Amino acid sequence: MPTTLILGATSAMAEQTARLLAADGDKLVLAARDPQALEILAADLKVRGATDVHVLTPFDATQSGSFEDLLNEAGDFDRALIAYGSLPDQEALKNDPAGIRREMCINFGSVIDLSSRIASRFESKGQGTLAVISSVAGLRGRQSNYIYGSAKGGVILFLQGLRNRLQDHGVRVITLLPGFVDTPMTAEMKKGPLFVSSAKAGTCIHKALTRGKGDVVYVPGFWRFIMWIIRALPEPIFKRLKL
Amino acid sequence: MRTSSPTSWGNIPKASHSCHKLNSRLAELPAAEKSVLPYGLGRSYGDSCLNDGENLLLARGLDHWISFDSETGILQCEAGVSLAEILEKTSPRGWFLSVTPGTRFVTVGGAIANDVHGKNHHRAGCFSTCVLDFELLRSDGSRQTCSRNENETLFRATIGGLGLTGLITRATIQLKPIVSPLIESEQIRMRNLDDFFALADETQDTHEYCVAWLDGLASGNALGSGIFIRGNHVGEPTDLTWKKKTMLPVPCHAPSWFLRKPFIKAFNFTYAHKLRGDRHQTREHFLPFFYPLDVADRWNRLYGKKGFFQYQCVVPREGDGGPIREILEHISQSGQASFLNVLKVFGDQPAEGLLSFTRPGVTLAMDFPNRGPETLALMTRLDEIVMASGGALYPAKDARMRGEDFRTFTPNLNQFIPHIDPAFSSSFWRRCNSTPPVVKP
Repeated sequence: MPTTLILGATSAMAEQTARLLAADGDKLVLAARDPQALEILAADLKVRGATDVHVLTPFDATQSGSFEDLLNEAGDFDRALIAYGSLPDQEALKNDPAGIRREMCINFGSVIDLSSRIASRFESKGQGTLAVISSVAGLRGRQSNYIYGSAKGGVILFLQGLRNRLQDHGVRVITLLPGFVDTPMTAEMKKGPLFVSSAKAGTCIHKALTRGKGDVVYVPGFWRFIMWIIRALPEPIFKRLKL
Repeated sequence: MRTSSPTSWGNIPKASHSCHKLNSRLAELPAAEKSVLPYGLGRSYGDSCLNDGENLLLARGLDHWISFDSETGILQCEAGVSLAEILEKTSPRGWFLSVTPGTRFVTVGGAIANDVHGKNHHRAGCFSTCVLDFELLRSDGSRQTCSRNENETLFRATIGGLGLTGLITRATIQLKPIVSPLIESEQIRMRNLDDFFALADETQDTHEYCVAWLDGLASGNALGSGIFIRGNHVGEPTDLTWKKKTMLPVPCHAPSWFLRKPFIKAFNFTYAHKLRGDRHQTREHFLPFFYPLDVADRWNRLYGKKGFFQYQCVVPREGDGGPIREILEHISQSGQASFLNVLKVFGDQPAEGLLSFTRPGVTLAMDFPNRGPETLALMTRLDEIVMASGGALYPAKDARMRGEDFRTFTPNLNQFIPHIDPAFSSSFWRRCNSTPPVVKP
């Protein structure tokens, strides 16, 4: 049974993905900030059929000093899913450079730090799958969401390079690009027709992890077309739009 | 936090809410100025799952398993887990719900709060009989484990307590063993109400499950004609593997011709006469046996935009039918019956909940498409018969009973009221505990 490490396991999309991995009978290694929520999740995943569920010490993305210990504690794993993130209030942050830096540290700095540590482990083993939840918001900077978007965009480029580097080393790097997903993170947003449930997102991510061949996976797939259009708009036009 | 406003299954009444999604059973109740009411899968038909103008706690997100012991059949889960999820999880391992209502798309919390019953009420009683304990989160922040040994009165107040005593966060339930997912089922033609009672008596000790479907428009000598359905679990082991079922979608509200009386009459007659011969025996999977309506997703849309009322009463069994005969005659004369008309004799064991609906007697459940005043007038007439006979109506099905009637139907009301959480309320509760009644179909 493959072992999957999930960082940010209590996030809604990670949890839904973990449920499907558990149903496959996989072994799971979970890390998250809130130990109580993680205990609930671990018990749930055992009942769902996970062969083994290992809970790591509480993990805080802002404490990069603890990352190596965390990965050592995780032991050997075949797949890793980095799923945590923070969706800041853009309005509140736009004149708060320290706040912007903090958000970049969570959504970008810690993610590329962990990605490179995990990638090196996989590289030396000669196998492994690293999947990271970025966002369609990382594909084009918009006035409503460019702080979050630029962090996610940085992750996209980082993973692109990593994938290129590890291409011949048996390591698969998956960039996950969710659109609007109905999760606690988006609880305050008005739900339009483009929203999908976290269960649907989990299904897409599970498929990408276990069966898919894709490098860049939109969650769900229709975002590929939407983002193709958004990205194709010439900047002189795009800059006038209120997106 | 606002999301699209949930409805009840009958689509009556319309209501708007502030909705709070619950994700963790450890979280405190959201701070709210107005009252709150837990909402699960919205299978209550009327307004007992609504809280118009106030808050709903969307509890479906409390969907974690806690433990399942496949040796003892004891399951612990959060209250938003559905009975469908339980069956999918436990039936392949030889464990089945010891009481299940006619839809599996209800949450554990909802099943407790309405103390639902099923086709084996005459043997097994209500859903509460399989509940070992649950945790109740109250608005004062306290968490109380309730069982027959601990907080026993709060346990009895919460069973059938319509979600008013606090939020059920988790529950422990005892499942029963099965060796096969199949049901040895039998359908028998009933020519009239006498046949129904004869079959119900005969079946009492021989069959775990029984229920009858009636042609609600049959009259005269054929009054009460229909099909008697009974079954037992197959005793010899067969393959328990769960096979995923796809549901037929009902994509939109049905057109009005679907609800015209001639069409419904033709449906009732055809269905009542579908049996070739007088008996049909078969082995079928438990899904179609227990949940025939669950084949269609959102079948309530078949009743159109105006929605429908369900009327479920229990009346004492008297002589050759007594009040139930009178009720069926009224419905048949009105011509308002529709597709679902179900009759069952309840067992004699008293229900545990202070507000539980079931009591010894005969229960009738019928859907009435909402035809406005005509439908309300019929149900008011039926209320009189139910009242005169000393029967009761089922709050989970109701959108229009009079408050004074509810109070008559609920002998333990005064015992119940002190257990209501002061921050909890519902449209049903306000309607039935203030006069005069307000009905806006």
